[in-house]
Parts: sequence; C-alpha cells; structure tokens
Amino acid sequence: MNDTVVHRDSLFARALDSDLFHSFIRSPVTVISALLTVIMITAAMLAPVISPQNPFDPATLNLMEGFTPPMQPNEFTGNVYWLGTDAQGRDIFSAILYGSRVSLLVGFAAVGFAALLGITLGLISGYLGGWVDALIMRIADVQLSFPAILIALLIFGVFKGVVPPAMQDQVAIYVLIVAIGLSDWVQYARTVRSSTMAEKNKEYVQAARVIGVPAPLILLRHILPNVMGPVLVIATIGLALAIILESTLSFLGVGVPPTQPSLGTLIRVGQDFLFSGEWWIVFFPGATLLILALSVNLLGDWLRDALNPRLR
Amino acid sequence: MLAFIIRRLLQSVLVMLTVALVSFGLFRYIGDPIQNMVGQEATVADREQLRQSLGLNDPVPIQFARFVANAARGEFGISYRMARPVTDVIMERLPATLELAIISGTGALVFGIALGVYTALRRDGWLSHAIMSLSLIGVSLPTFLIGILLIYLFAVELQVLPAFGRGETVRIGWWTTGLLTESGLKSLIMPAITLGLYQLTLIMRLVRAEMLEVLRTDYIKFARARGLSNRAVHFSHALKNTLLPVITIAGLQIGSIIAFAIITETVFQWPGVGLLFITAVQFVDIPIMAAYLVLIALIFVVINMIVDLLYFAVDPRLRVQRSGRGQ
Repeated sequence: MNDTVVHRDSLFARALDSDLFHSFIRSPVTVISALLTVIMITAAMLAPVISPQNPFDPATLNLMEGFTPPMQPNEFTGNVYWLGTDAQGRDIFSAILYGSRVSLLVGFAAVGFAALLGITLGLISGYLGGWVDALIMRIADVQLSFPAILIALLIFGVFKGVVPPAMQDQVAIYVLIVAIGLSDWVQYARTVRSSTMAEKNKEYVQAARVIGVPAPLILLRHILPNVMGPVLVIATIGLALAIILESTLSFLGVGVPPTQPSLGTLIRVGQDFLFSGEWWIVFFPGATLLILALSVNLLGDWLRDALNPRLR
Repeated sequence: MLAFIIRRLLQSVLVMLTVALVSFGLFRYIGDPIQNMVGQEATVADREQLRQSLGLNDPVPIQFARFVANAARGEFGISYRMARPVTDVIMERLPATLELAIISGTGALVFGIALGVYTALRRDGWLSHAIMSLSLIGVSLPTFLIGILLIYLFAVELQVLPAFGRGETVRIGWWTTGLLTESGLKSLIMPAITLGLYQLTLIMRLVRAEMLEVLRTDYIKFARARGLSNRAVHFSHALKNTLLPVITIAGLQIGSIIAFAIITETVFQWPGVGLLFITAVQFVDIPIMAAYLVLIALIFVVINMIVDLLYFAVDPRLRVQRSGRGQ
C-alpha cells in the first residue's frame, strides 16, 4: 500500500487503514474464507452465465449421458463433465451453481427477515421497558428453549395444512424464508435489547428527547447505529446457520420444491445413488455446502473476535 | 430454596400451557378435524353428530380446557393417517429414540470431556491442534452429511455396518430394546455417532475453554505451590470447577439431541418418534404433530428443571446467596 493512498481521506482509504482491515489481513484463514465466500456468492449470482448447461431445461438433458463419472468422457457421446452427471444426465456442476443460488438466496433473505424482526422487537423492548418488554422477552424465552429446526418444521407443518396443495410449490420458498427467520429472531432481539437499555440513558439520547425528537426517530437515527456492531456478528454466524437449516429442511423433504432444488435437495436426491456406487452425485453438493458453511462460520468467528475490544 | 422451586414450577407450567395452546390451535384450526376422521360417504347428519359428540360445538375455552385435561392423561386422539390412537403409536416408537439419544448423549459427554481436558492440558501439541481444527469442521458439517458420509464409508465401501433400520429388537414389557442383539448394537453405532458428533464438539470446546480459564486462577497456582501432583491439580481441583457450565449445556443439549434425532432418524430410517414426526409433517397428520410437540416440550421443561436444581447441588455459593437474600 503506498503512502499517497493512505493520506487521502476517502472512505476507501480509511477502510484500508482501519483496525478491522489490519486484523483481517493478518489472519490468513480469514482471508481464504472471505475469498471462498465471495467466489461462491459470485458464482451463484452468475449461474446462468457461467454454467455449461441449464440443468432445469429438459431440452438440454440427454438421458444417454446419465451417470457419467467426473472427468471421464461419456461412453456414448464422449462429452466430459467436470463433476459428472446425475441420473437424467444433468451436469452436477451446473446443478450446484443453481442450487447454491437457492441456498444463498434463502439464507440471506431469512437472515434479513430475522434481523429485521429481532432488531425491531429488541429496540422496542429495550426502549419502552415495562410490560411490553416483559411480554416480548417471555416469548423469546419460551422460543429459545426449543431448537430452531423444530420451530421451522412446525411452521412448515402449519403451512402444509393451510395452503392448498396446488399452490404449495410456488410459495414454499417464501414459507421457508419466514420459517427460518422466525426460528432465529430471538438472538437479535436479546442483543439489541440489552445494548438499547445501555444506550437509552446516555446523554445524546436524553438530549434528543429533550429537544422533542419523536421516539421512533430516536430509535432509528440515534440508538440503532450504536447497537449494530454485535448484530453484524450474529448475522454472519446466522447466515451459516440459516444455510445449514435450509439444506437440512430440504434434505428432510419439507423445504424448497424439487423443481427448484437447493444444495440440500441435491443431497437428498443423490443419497439414493450412494448404494449403487455413484458417489459424485451426493459428494460434490455436500462438499460445496460444507465449504460454504465453514467459510461463513470462520468469517463470523473472526468478526466476533475483531469487534470484541476485550480480546485485543 | 422452596420459593425458588415453586417459582420455577410455575414457569414450567406456563411454558407447557403455551405449548398446549399452540398444539390445540393446530388441532382445532388446521383443516377440519371431522373431515379427517370420517370417510367420503359420511352424511351431513353423521358429521354434525360426530361434531356434537366430540364437543367441537362448545365454546373454545371449554374445548381448550378439555384438550389440556386429555393431554395430561396422555390422550391425543386418533392419528389421521394410521387410524390408531396417537399415544399407542408414540409409545411404540419412543424406546428407539430414547435409546439412540441416551447412547449418543453419554458418548458425547464422555468423549467431549476427555478430549476437552486433553486439548486444554496439551495446548500446543500437534494432536490438540488437529483435534481443534477437526472440531471446527464438525460444527459446520450438517448432521445429515455426517450420516451420509458414514453410510458411504461403513455400509457401502467397507460393508461392515447396516445402513438403515434398527436391527433385531427384544421386547421387555412395552419397551423394545436393540441393545441386547448383535444386529441391534451394530445398527446403533452409526446413528449414535451422527447424532452425538455435534454435541461432542460443543462440549469439547466448552470444557477446553473453561479448563484454560480455571488453570490460570490463583487457587490452581496455590495448589501447585503446595506440591500437589499434576494429576491431583488437574482432576480434583481444576476439572471440578469446569463442570458447572458443562452441566448447563449438556442438560440443554439432551433436548436438542431429541430434536436433532429427527434428522438422524431420517438418514438411517431409524423407527423412532423423529421419523414419525417428519412423516406427520409431510402428511399433515395433526394429532401426531400436536402430541409430539407436547411430548418434546415436557422433556425440555423437565430437563431444564433438573439442570436448575443440579446447580444447587453442585455450586454451594448459590445456596448461600439465595438463603442470604431470604429467598
């Protein structure tokens, strides 16, 4: 990094010179996980551009090419697929690209939903106190004593009972997002609540209140920016959890519909072929899921340590 | 102490009532219970009569009270899909899940503590580093992937363990056990590892962190200064004080083991309540879902109570504090 860049006071230069960036660059594991995460997200976003075939367009599939092992030419057509093909001759690499697209989409959306709900309730709970606070926190306590997977499954069960079967496939993905989001808001609410309770008695909030700023504006403009640090950490680790939860639900057969498979669905389908020796159908989606979850988890771990002043 | 127990009990009752309300809501408002019980050719009059005799025309609070009273006696009605009493079906499946949960939970606790202590004492050994890195992967590896990996290794490639089912079982009263036959024990190995691995890594990391913290304290230095052997310092002084948080986590994990058994049971087609629940979700078999929910909540609440009471047994400071404040 040369000096002229550092002295310029642009946002970018300041970011490069921050403590956070220094601790980032000093940890090779973190740099690698960040790289992997960025590559996987980009690849998923660009799936239609970079994937060799559209795995869900039946016209591009050739049944003769079913079960082609990775890196070996198919015995009939001579085509080589990097990661092999599945029973219908679908290219596993393309299926993974499209699959991680669904997994990441659900993961990000669920985290966004959980964070929005949790932060809102946490701010209200911490700022108002009293019975509102007691009510929200009791609900949080009850929910916290049940594992997320159980709550998500329950919401899915309700959805299956309420929505007519013809419409289920179309809305399943939104229900999945809501189910995962609802199972994970408590963390955000608890953290934001306790920071809000600490912030609301500080002078800048008192001052804002004295000059007549309405409460919602105080919460949004003054308190919210000061409680976001921990939320960022929870959201990063939450993303890994959401991706794992989504794949688990899809694996159990209650997640996204088979017409729009995520990594979990690919694994569920591929599991059947394990006994006949076609290991690549399940192995590569599984490895992708593991690398994705591990990288995001490592990023979260680093962020938690870097933002925690006690550990410096 | 007594006041604390009573307050704790009241809290538990409140949680159970909330859960009962949710499962009552499921039962009452999702789909039409009558529609699910009678066949296609039932007449309107038949339906109305069944509705009346089941009390579905009564005010909702009365229905809820009746639901709670029935649930307390273990009656959850008839499964829509299997047309058998829910309680019978669950009781039949429960031993499989409990055996799996207890074996894998115990394994996770024993190996978790042992590995945690080892990695804390040999902090810079290569084996400790290897174990710690592996444990990080263990945390990120979804349960079902572990199961699939094990099936591929031991059932498909090596062909030494069965890939699914529970093997032969022996009936003792109403309890069926797979622990007494060879095929039963063999079938248990992979599901138990799959279910326990995540808990094992969790307990191991916790014990290691606590142990490192405790080893830094003054009383450990003092114990060393007194010339006590390493063994005595590590195991009777240090380990004892790391166990409090371990009890909390281990207690809470028993509950999540039973919930995570849903995944393991699906991978290995293990005939337990988890598999029952997931099929119930897929087929919208509401009475089974409602009963499972109440059962899990009961297990959670009871475990939480026991954990809280164990605190008193393990940590003398708590007893002094509470009685000191006159509670």
